[in-house]
Amino acid sequence: MRTKLTILGLIALALLSYGLYQALVAAPTEQTMGDVQRIFYYHVPSAWTAFLLFFCNFIASAIYLLNRSQRSDAFALATAEVGVVFCTVVLVTGPIWAKPVWGIWWTWDARLTTTLILWLIYVSYLMLRRYSSGGQTPVLAAALAIFGFIDVPIVYFSIRYFRTQHPQPVIAGAEGSGIDPLMMKALMINWLAFIVFGAIVVWLRYKLERARQQVEEAHALREEQSLEQPRVDKPAVDARAS
Amino acid sequence: MSTLSAVLRSTLAKDLRMEWRSKDAINSMLFFALLVVVIFSFSFSPTAEESRQIAGGLIWVAFLFAAVVALNQTWARELRNQVLDAYRVSPAPANSLFLAKAIGNFIFVGVLEVLMAPLFVVFYNLRPVGPAWQLGLVGALATWALVVNGTFFAAMSIRTRSREVMLPLILFPISIPALLAMVESTTAILTGDASPVFWINLLAVYDVVFTTACLLLFETVLNAE
Amino acid sequence: MSRYELLNEKTNPADIAFDSAGAPDPGHATYATPAITLDSVTRHFGRFAALRGVSANFSSGRLYTVLGDNGAGKSTLLRIIAGLLQPTRGRVEVLGTTNLKSVRPWIGYMGHASLLYDELDAMENLRYFAGLYGILGNDGLCARAMTTVGLEPALKRRVGQYSQGMRQRLSLARAVLHDPKLLLLDEPFSNVDVASAHEMVRLLGAMRDNGKTVFLVTHQPSLLEGTADEFIHMTAGRIDQRDTRDRSGDPQTGMDPRPRTEARR
Repeated sequence: MRTKLTILGLIALALLSYGLYQALVAAPTEQTMGDVQRIFYYHVPSAWTAFLLFFCNFIASAIYLLNRSQRSDAFALATAEVGVVFCTVVLVTGPIWAKPVWGIWWTWDARLTTTLILWLIYVSYLMLRRYSSGGQTPVLAAALAIFGFIDVPIVYFSIRYFRTQHPQPVIAGAEGSGIDPLMMKALMINWLAFIVFGAIVVWLRYKLERARQQVEEAHALREEQSLEQPRVDKPAVDARAS
Repeated sequence: MSTLSAVLRSTLAKDLRMEWRSKDAINSMLFFALLVVVIFSFSFSPTAEESRQIAGGLIWVAFLFAAVVALNQTWARELRNQVLDAYRVSPAPANSLFLAKAIGNFIFVGVLEVLMAPLFVVFYNLRPVGPAWQLGLVGALATWALVVNGTFFAAMSIRTRSREVMLPLILFPISIPALLAMVESTTAILTGDASPVFWINLLAVYDVVFTTACLLLFETVLNAE
Repeated sequence: MSRYELLNEKTNPADIAFDSAGAPDPGHATYATPAITLDSVTRHFGRFAALRGVSANFSSGRLYTVLGDNGAGKSTLLRIIAGLLQPTRGRVEVLGTTNLKSVRPWIGYMGHASLLYDELDAMENLRYFAGLYGILGNDGLCARAMTTVGLEPALKRRVGQYSQGMRQRLSLARAVLHDPKLLLLDEPFSNVDVASAHEMVRLLGAMRDNGKTVFLVTHQPSLLEGTADEFIHMTAGRIDQRDTRDRSGDPQTGMDPRPRTEARR
């Protein structure tokens, strides 16, 4: 397990480094925006990775509701948390990009807005997990996760239409417009790097949650099996079957 | 025997009777909505033209906050004296309970809307430019959108440690597309500037998708312990 | 004749006999089948083991009394048998089946709390709960359930204004309204005055004599002396003692499936 993690870590490191090179050096400079545009190679892959993670959360939640497996629940939690982190990256890089280019911190641009709503939905998921009491948490959270995910296409279409009604400056130019093949290469390499990195973090978080679950079980099991011998001071009546 | 509709009718009747006697939910909702409207009126002093632009948003925000009050109240009733246990232990179907609560909430919020609408017309000097009957359609679809998810999430949130506070936290993010649709369609009808058709369709889709999801998952959530 | 038409003819829920000719049977439960079978039932709440591998059989037609300190797991056990809680491990069989949802019509449950709507009066409460079991438009049955537990059906007072004793009695009426085969009662006598408590015990004894199984948790075992068939002691999530009582004075013959018909006076 340790070695697998180390290998994966090295791969991630390699990809991220290569991606960095690609993003900052190899990719051509954008015509209108200049070098500021290079944040695009972190902004967009983060969004795609977050979405992928939320999809995994959806599948894990559905599986949990079907077979109540603790592993699915742990995986759902891990993917939600890491997904929220990547969402945060998108929401932070967006304004960083927008300010120098358009002079405004925020626009209700389709990707940014959808990401914001996604962020809100999954943060509310994490809050539900934190504030519900033990036994119910996995079931309630799984239900919320399913609702949240089926909302995503509805959110997307509503924001897209809203934008046609109220046009806003577009932050990420890659929507539908052609993209230079070198830029595409940098984008894809960074996305791959993010996926590998994301997988590592999810794995670690999953392991942590599994460990917590197993500690609880072990405690309860130990308590269950203590006092195993029937008490000596009671009369010897058959305590089990009738 | 206990059919879905028989239990639904008796549960709905019971809830309406209890609400009629105590008027807990309706009074709190009305007062809350009124407060929101007044505070907004102080915060913005719009011209007649501006009014029509922003009224849609203000109306639905006020109704949303008021609806949360009702949503929490109707489940709080079932938790007093652990009455919900009596339901769960009976052969009555879980979805009857869900639908009875959702329809009850729909009625309460609907009554609120009918009572508050004249107030909005007065405060903001509203006169719809577009066809007014569409407002009724939007009202119905929008209210169901809030109430169907609201009833489901209230059933979940009221059993958590933060109880009533948790409901808006989990309900609002998921309701954003529906909120956008209800605000945009209302504004479109009031100003006559755009067609509300897309938004009305979106509300309809939202309603169908989430009503289905609620009916499929409610029993699971009811029995989570 | 349907079960509920049968119910209409009876004047007193306690007189409703376990009549298999009219009653739709849960399938395979007969007198020989135990009413409740527990097989290594365990329940964890986080780190706390509330029930630790409880295994036992409880035959039908008897009145069982469960005793034990707070935290012994009595309420948890009752809730698991009622189907309100899932065991962490183990098997629960009630009235011959592990599908607890299917036997809900035949189970009556009383919890710690009153399980009643404070804002409604007694008849409105009973009418509503009867409706959950498919009993519609039978005010007579609701009224008789109330008189059986010693309450006046014409009482229009809201349940929220009842004394605790009255509330407990109404809760019992709610639990027996639909002629259940198995009664699960969690501290039915708490805060009930002595006279009413004795009446309730008499009623439960009569129901047992008519073939019902009564399984109750209490902190007042003295009330059940002379009526209960068995006292079960629980400690720390386990059953550690079962005291069978032979009420007729005859030597213990073990699992006698015939309902006892001798008067207990």
